[in-house]
Amino acid sequence: MTAISLSSPRAIAWPAILKEAAMTAFVALLLTIPLVGLRTVDRPTGLGLETRWDEVAAAVGLVFLGRLGLCLIREGHAAIVLVLAAAAAAAGFFIAMPTEALRIILIAGGAVIAIRAILAIRTGRSKLSQAERDKRMDHIAAQVQHASRWLGPIAIVLALAFPFTPLADRQLLDIGILLLTYVMLGWGLNIVVGLAGLLDLGYVAFYAVGAYSYALLAHYFGFSFWLCLPLAGLLAALSGVLLGFPVLRLRGDYFAIVTLGFGEIIRIILINWYQFTGGPNGISGIPRPSFFGIADFTRTPADGTMAFHELFGLEFSPLHRIIFLYYLILVLALIVNLFTMRIRKLPLGRAWEALREDDIACASLGINRTNMKLAAFAIAAMFGGFAGSFFATRQGFISPESFTFIESAIILAIVVLGGMGSQIGVVVAALLVIGLPEAFRELADYRMLAFGMGMVLIMLWRPRGLLAHRDPTILLHGKGGSGGPAAGTAAAGGQGIAGGSAK
Amino acid sequence: MTTNHSMTTTPLLTVEHLTMRFGGLVAVNDVSFAANNGEITAIIGPNGAGKTTLFNCITGFYTPTVGRLTLRHPDGKQFLLERMPGYRISQKASVARTFQNIRLFGGMSVLENLIVAQHNKLIRASGFSIAGLLGLPSYTKTEREAVDLAKYWLDRVRLLEFADWEAGNLPYGAQRRLEIARAMCTEPVMLCLDEPAAGLNPRESGELADLLTYIRDAHKIGVLLIEHDMSVVMTISDHVVVLDYGRKISDGDPAFVKNDPAVIRAYLGEEEDEELPAVVAADLPEVAKRAEEGA
Repeated sequence: MTAISLSSPRAIAWPAILKEAAMTAFVALLLTIPLVGLRTVDRPTGLGLETRWDEVAAAVGLVFLGRLGLCLIREGHAAIVLVLAAAAAAAGFFIAMPTEALRIILIAGGAVIAIRAILAIRTGRSKLSQAERDKRMDHIAAQVQHASRWLGPIAIVLALAFPFTPLADRQLLDIGILLLTYVMLGWGLNIVVGLAGLLDLGYVAFYAVGAYSYALLAHYFGFSFWLCLPLAGLLAALSGVLLGFPVLRLRGDYFAIVTLGFGEIIRIILINWYQFTGGPNGISGIPRPSFFGIADFTRTPADGTMAFHELFGLEFSPLHRIIFLYYLILVLALIVNLFTMRIRKLPLGRAWEALREDDIACASLGINRTNMKLAAFAIAAMFGGFAGSFFATRQGFISPESFTFIESAIILAIVVLGGMGSQIGVVVAALLVIGLPEAFRELADYRMLAFGMGMVLIMLWRPRGLLAHRDPTILLHGKGGSGGPAAGTAAAGGQGIAGGSAK
Repeated sequence: MTTNHSMTTTPLLTVEHLTMRFGGLVAVNDVSFAANNGEITAIIGPNGAGKTTLFNCITGFYTPTVGRLTLRHPDGKQFLLERMPGYRISQKASVARTFQNIRLFGGMSVLENLIVAQHNKLIRASGFSIAGLLGLPSYTKTEREAVDLAKYWLDRVRLLEFADWEAGNLPYGAQRRLEIARAMCTEPVMLCLDEPAAGLNPRESGELADLLTYIRDAHKIGVLLIEHDMSVVMTISDHVVVLDYGRKISDGDPAFVKNDPAVIRAYLGEEEDEELPAVVAADLPEVAKRAEEGA
């Protein structure tokens, strides 16, 4: 608490602060009148208008108080604000409010301001400069990166052990599978976006190609999942190359828009090619995976086949299949991760990163840019295809509904939020983006609000992504650094190790 | 006019009637010259004379409108550069270049920059990544050689201790040197440098001159140099080509070019009175030199 004395409280310039808060409240008023104040309702007589002025007033009042709080933090009165904000949050939590929205705003707003106040008190300054904040976050990212060397294996062991813990019920396993699917997709897209620096807005297209490859091959030819998995990857890679050839000569925004278009083209073909793909009705009855073609996950197996529980002499449980699916996606995702970690240290991966940094310089060094980019595209598409056929076999039913642009956006959000190119960042971001909304399903519609708010906050605090930190793929002087320059400001990595104990 | 050393040896690069038009603008107009192996050929000229355009034609960033660019390797292999797509000129014809505005891979480490420069050698050794993914020894060996070559050049440009730094965090002069080292790591037969001394202080320029002479003498390759810093050009070049408004106006050794009236006119402007007093005329080269050094 000595820190408080550091934050030199000045005489408060009330008029200026009140003016600022009033201006903010005015902006809030302009926004909330159409957004909150007016609501159309369906009446028997037609469309009617309902007003909610009390909520507008509450929102404007809260914005006014919130701004006032932020101003006071800036002026060095963080402690008082912290108490008040915490009290507001607590009030929202425990005291019944007229409306649910008001309650959530009170809790969330109070919590945010309280956190700001705590940060201000902790640092002894009411405001950190952007550069300092960036440096600090870089430091954290570097530390996480280095910690991931032992954290990674631990996480993998925990993930492996998870289905056997008493925690693992049907719901949690399902969330785990969903999470791992997105982690896999994020790692796949990371190859294109994070390493090669190509902004691909249509990654879901390859996911769809993979899913439909398996569904259609199983539907028309009765191929098994284990045969289709490589085929689906191959077909997705092929579609990646097909798309890549004309598109890779484009750069930046143009490239992004064409990939976006490609994603839509695939979805619209799937909807309209009714005879072949089943159109909007999708394909149902997609066969579930067998235990490597040896046994099925059924209670009563068909003649000539074996059931999984008979094979291992277990009691039949519908959970077996879920657990199997969980391990399957875990292994698939880890393959993508392993591949990316290894390829980064190979000429292909280094060429991708060089392309991201400066593709003209790459041409001057004799790197065939088209081939390198095509390789990135095809490989990422292949992993997308694997994930797609896994999705198809897990769901047992697919339709074009599952492959809309929002999926691409979510996968991209995972990659960007995690920090482009960061493997552990993708996991953390997937936990945030997929895990949190799943965990707070009870909040219903508000979870998307919270999701959006989280995204805005992360972009404000950490524009380059949560854990954007890059370690060199090859070191000349080893990790300790040769003293002097290698451990200097430039090598944040070296700093991360050296300054590990010093806070 | 006293031209060319090209009579004595077969030139490394022969530029014949090179013309580059951008719509109505003729950036390079019917330029012919030759550059020899083991020599430093400087291309000078006022701003906008078409030097960088000429460079971009030679290194494949532009396809010339008219003209022929022939590169003859010392081992007799011959390449017509105007017919090759950009990256092949570096990959097959072994021409390396640097850029006027430095183009390093800023987010990657210094060493990685030099390893990426050896991409073609390495990717072949990695069996287009398959052998590399499996960790076969053939690739590990090639990578070790690549690191050794990188170390050699890092040592030459005095950046060895900075090998693990992010390239973008190096000071400006060091970035310039690193770019030259990166170009040399492609093991070129001809090195094209686009204003390597721009933004360097006199001491750094001196070091650059030493480095370029070392590259020429120890590695026996041709160096093509665009430069405004006349102290560098005049001390290290074996051969100077002067461009003005896209045309070649002079060509010869530094001493000849320095005294060429056409060059003086291009740099100092046309005299209104052609009949100069003898005293002034005698002083002109000295004046020109001073003006150039000031530039």
